[in-house]
Amino acid sequence: MAQLEQAQAAVDPTFHLVEADDHDHETGGATLLGFWIYLMSDALIFAALFATFGVLSTSYAGGPSPREIFELPLVALNTAILLVSSITYGFAMLAMERGAVRTTQAWLAVTGLLGASFVGIELFEFGALIAEGATPQRSGFLSGFFTLVGTHGLHVTVGIIWIVVMLVQIGQRGLIPANKRRLLCLSMFWHFLDVVWIGVFSFVYLLGMLR
Amino acid sequence: MSSADTHLDPAVHAHGETQGHGSKRSYLVGFGLSAVLTAIPFWLVMADPLGNAGLTAAAVIVIAVLQILVHTFCFLHLNTQAEGGWTMIAYIFTGVILLLTIGGSLWIMYHLNSNMMPGMMTGQTSYAP
Repeated sequence: MAQLEQAQAAVDPTFHLVEADDHDHETGGATLLGFWIYLMSDALIFAALFATFGVLSTSYAGGPSPREIFELPLVALNTAILLVSSITYGFAMLAMERGAVRTTQAWLAVTGLLGASFVGIELFEFGALIAEGATPQRSGFLSGFFTLVGTHGLHVTVGIIWIVVMLVQIGQRGLIPANKRRLLCLSMFWHFLDVVWIGVFSFVYLLGMLR
Repeated sequence: MSSADTHLDPAVHAHGETQGHGSKRSYLVGFGLSAVLTAIPFWLVMADPLGNAGLTAAAVIVIAVLQILVHTFCFLHLNTQAEGGWTMIAYIFTGVILLLTIGGSLWIMYHLNSNMMPGMMTGQTSYAP
């Protein structure tokens, strides 16, 4: 009996330490690497959509050309909003590392509001286009345009929902390791969307205006 | 600036560097560079100081690639150390596939378009020079 206890005492602490260490690895490194792989596969979805748009970008079918329908000042405004939202999310991450719960929440809320205004302006733009008759059904160019830009807008919308969920999670549980891990994933997601937007405003809007 | 890096949570950072966060300096540098790299292409297209569509398009593409790299390193904090280099390998792999998908599609479809214009399907074969 004493031998058994001794053996257990010798085994138990080691066992738990190893398990705890493994667990840390699971919540930290592996999740972030996995999320990074997801983002890369998401980039491939956008690659396919960019390729589709590129192929169809001059198929106007007698419909409007980019120069006739794009409003660059509006696009510039949206680009600025998304860029500022990237750095406000960065400030949220810096506050998170300091352990400042209220500051983290405040910067997250600012980021969410900027994201919402981005989606709002984009929907306004889509509404104006559809009112002019530049609907997705009008030409191959417009189908590709609405699919590509709409998919990006959908991602931003999901990002906003995620920000709201994180605000609730932080409000209820504070900056626990699980929440920090989620905020790190959301950070990558949000910055990734800004990277995709660089492609959209450069290749869709700016190059479209040059055609 | 680097003091932020010393207060990392051991649970989240149990196995060294992870991507997704960085110092205030890297965010501010990234923001400054991005603002400039956003303003230049919009100015090039809206004010048209070059006066040449092809040249402007080339400049817009080069600046877009530069800005994507700035975002990747200043905001996404990609480096060769994180996750034993696997994030970097995945990023490079994705970049290669991305170029093949977009470049390959445009290349093939451009040639298909120019070799199969309407009117070429009426019996005679088209011979590309």
